[in-house]
Amino acid sequence: MDRQIVLQMNHIMKIYGNGVVANEDVSLELRKGEIHALLGENGAGKSTLMKVLFGIEAPDQGEIVLNGKATVIKSPQDAISKGIGMVHQHFMLVPSLTVAENIILGVAPKKGLFIDMDKAIEAAANIAKEYNFEVDVRQRVEEIPVGIKQKVEILKALYRGAQILILDEPTAVLTPQETDELFVQLMKLREKGHTIIFISHKLDEIKKICDRATIMRNGRSMGTYEVADISTQEMSKLMVGREISLQFDKKPQHLTSKTLLKVRNLTVYNTQGVLKVDNLSFDIKGGEILGIAGVEGNGQTELIDTLTGLNKKYKGQIQIKGKEIAGSSIADIRGMKVAHIPEDRMTTGCASTLSIQENLFSYQFRDPAYSGKVLLKQKEIEKRSDSLIKEFLVKCKSRKQNVGMLSGGNIQKVIVAREFSTAPDIIIANQPTRGIDVGAAAFIRQRLLDFRDAGCAVILVSADLTEVFSLSDRLAVMYKGKFAGFFTDVGSVTEEELGQHMLGIKQDERLEGVLYE
Amino acid sequence: MWSSILSPDFFSAILRAATPILFAALASSIASKAGITNMALEGIMLFSALFGVIFSSLTQSAWLGMLITMVLGGLIGLALAFFVLNLKTDEILAAIAINLTATGGTVLLMVAFSGDRGVSSSIRSVSAPSVVIPLVDQIPFIGQILSGQNVMVWMSLLAVVILHLFLYKTPMGLAIRAVGENKNAAESVGISSRKVQYIALIISGALAALGGFYLSGGYMNMFTKDMTSGRGYIGLAAASMGGNTPVGGFLVSLLFGMAQALANIMQLTSVMPYEIILMIPYLTTLVGLGVYYYAQKRKKERLSGK
Repeated sequence: MDRQIVLQMNHIMKIYGNGVVANEDVSLELRKGEIHALLGENGAGKSTLMKVLFGIEAPDQGEIVLNGKATVIKSPQDAISKGIGMVHQHFMLVPSLTVAENIILGVAPKKGLFIDMDKAIEAAANIAKEYNFEVDVRQRVEEIPVGIKQKVEILKALYRGAQILILDEPTAVLTPQETDELFVQLMKLREKGHTIIFISHKLDEIKKICDRATIMRNGRSMGTYEVADISTQEMSKLMVGREISLQFDKKPQHLTSKTLLKVRNLTVYNTQGVLKVDNLSFDIKGGEILGIAGVEGNGQTELIDTLTGLNKKYKGQIQIKGKEIAGSSIADIRGMKVAHIPEDRMTTGCASTLSIQENLFSYQFRDPAYSGKVLLKQKEIEKRSDSLIKEFLVKCKSRKQNVGMLSGGNIQKVIVAREFSTAPDIIIANQPTRGIDVGAAAFIRQRLLDFRDAGCAVILVSADLTEVFSLSDRLAVMYKGKFAGFFTDVGSVTEEELGQHMLGIKQDERLEGVLYE
Repeated sequence: MWSSILSPDFFSAILRAATPILFAALASSIASKAGITNMALEGIMLFSALFGVIFSSLTQSAWLGMLITMVLGGLIGLALAFFVLNLKTDEILAAIAINLTATGGTVLLMVAFSGDRGVSSSIRSVSAPSVVIPLVDQIPFIGQILSGQNVMVWMSLLAVVILHLFLYKTPMGLAIRAVGENKNAAESVGISSRKVQYIALIISGALAALGGFYLSGGYMNMFTKDMTSGRGYIGLAAASMGGNTPVGGFLVSLLFGMAQALANIMQLTSVMPYEIILMIPYLTTLVGLGVYYYAQKRKKERLSGK
């Protein structure tokens, strides 16, 4: 193989405005004609590194050396003109245009005033043929399946002369067959001397087609390895790792006798018809925290949306305190004393243009304690708001401040205050501490433990392993819509074992202790 | 009544009534293709109807008057683009502001210019000429429909063709459609969405200006207060029903033109109260939009059910 180095990113440092260190002294080296995996968990800094390479973000420190020359990439257009192409996870295609039109968009061949459509179609067809992509360039993009759309994205980059191709989790949206087909094509691109950066956290795929892998964790590079020389176990160990363990005042567990939430054979398909939750069954009693770990996108979101009533299309049974929830509205489910801390605090969690007070009462405003027959009881609401702000340590100017003006941690505290102030019996917390400061995270974690001690059933979905490790009484690992592992003795689980379940290397058939009957 | 409906006069009236709606529909479709709802069409048309009278009178030339009106219409489109794209105003609110300014502003300008308050009859304006097509005018029935129409009726048909070619055959047209549908995709390949939307709104304004000019310098030969009477909005509806394509907008405009022509005839036969008949074009719009969106919904459901 040609060993020529086409690109070096040296000591890249990127700190975002909110103080998050996304890349810390990361270096990446690409050879001509290789498929180079960029491996890491969500939030490990892969995307930031690629944004720097593609000119979307400017690095705070470090240099990019392209074909032996130090260079600055100012914008995506600049990146494209330097031969770097990127296929985003969310396709950048115009649905009503044909494949050919999408490929030539912005660089259309002209004949007089008009686009030379014959030439455009020919050029698009030629490039598809050259790389052996079976694509009908006359078809409209809205009519073609996802797998082909991705090919169109790759062709778009190739048409613009991309030598280095960044693929951001390209298999996330593909069926297994489409994935195989993509791999054949990627290998062909490699033969033709293109360099491919393959962003992924699927180890089997990396083993299959990548030559080398750079592994990232917490914004740092854990090194670059020849894929042939490293086992999936070693990769997972480098990628998943526990930092310092958190210290909490975790009291011995007192389970209540009643099963508060019972789930049987739950199956959920997403709107695209992809199976996201696969025949899942579990129980949870009062007084425990059930942790659900896993790489994002393995059905956690769909599971939580279904349990909380946001998604009503499912097969199987869900019983809250013995009552089937099919046909219940979200308000009905909340009425059964279920609190929900949603995954996306800005879109689902709060109304960012409303005040703290209004957000605190966006559920409870119907309560007779705070509402008369016609008008809200302003005085009561104000009093309660002030006491909640104090109790949950929300840093703000006043209760009238817009929630959107607060920091992430304080927004989350407002949401948590709202949810916890309803005296719930079941708390469903989806990524409750993601992206917030250490202090706020610790506060919220302690609160979850307090509720557990008070006899509440808590479901904690988190990508933060340290968090699920230290809080959970029982721990499930979700992989492709199923529990790939289930642990009743959380203290004895090693992160290595957990990592293998998260990445699907190990999948337990029999799960001990999931059900209470 | 039937005899008057089947007469060539009726069909000729359809074309005449459809023309301003068609200009508005074309103006709306190019803006919509670029991703902006241009609700200011009504105001631009109303301003243009007055500008047409004023400038064709000042220049004593219909063509010069038309040209100046188009430039001014384009400038209002530019202003809308500035409000929406640079100042981030809500596009509907900015349009309402323009429309309300037009309602009062045209009367103010008319008073300032001629002293008239309701009708600009004292301004000696020049209307766009009618064209008699040799040979065609000899054909019975059809000749009577086509020949002798105002030149702007033909211009509106030509505009359908030109706009179609522009949107579907030129690089700028492709860019406009791409920006309207997926701004990120367009920007990712180096298209400046702002520039594209500016261009689309300027063209949109100029097309609406032609519609306005026709009202006071073709359909009629003077300006009257509020003479657009909702044609800008009807054009918006026509474009939407026509899928925001020039040809689709043309066909729906004919439908609305027919409703208008029918209302004109039924006013004379007086089988129904006059006011009910005047509702016909608007009622057609409402029913048409209802049917269109129902069909769209069904189509979407079919597609997603697949």
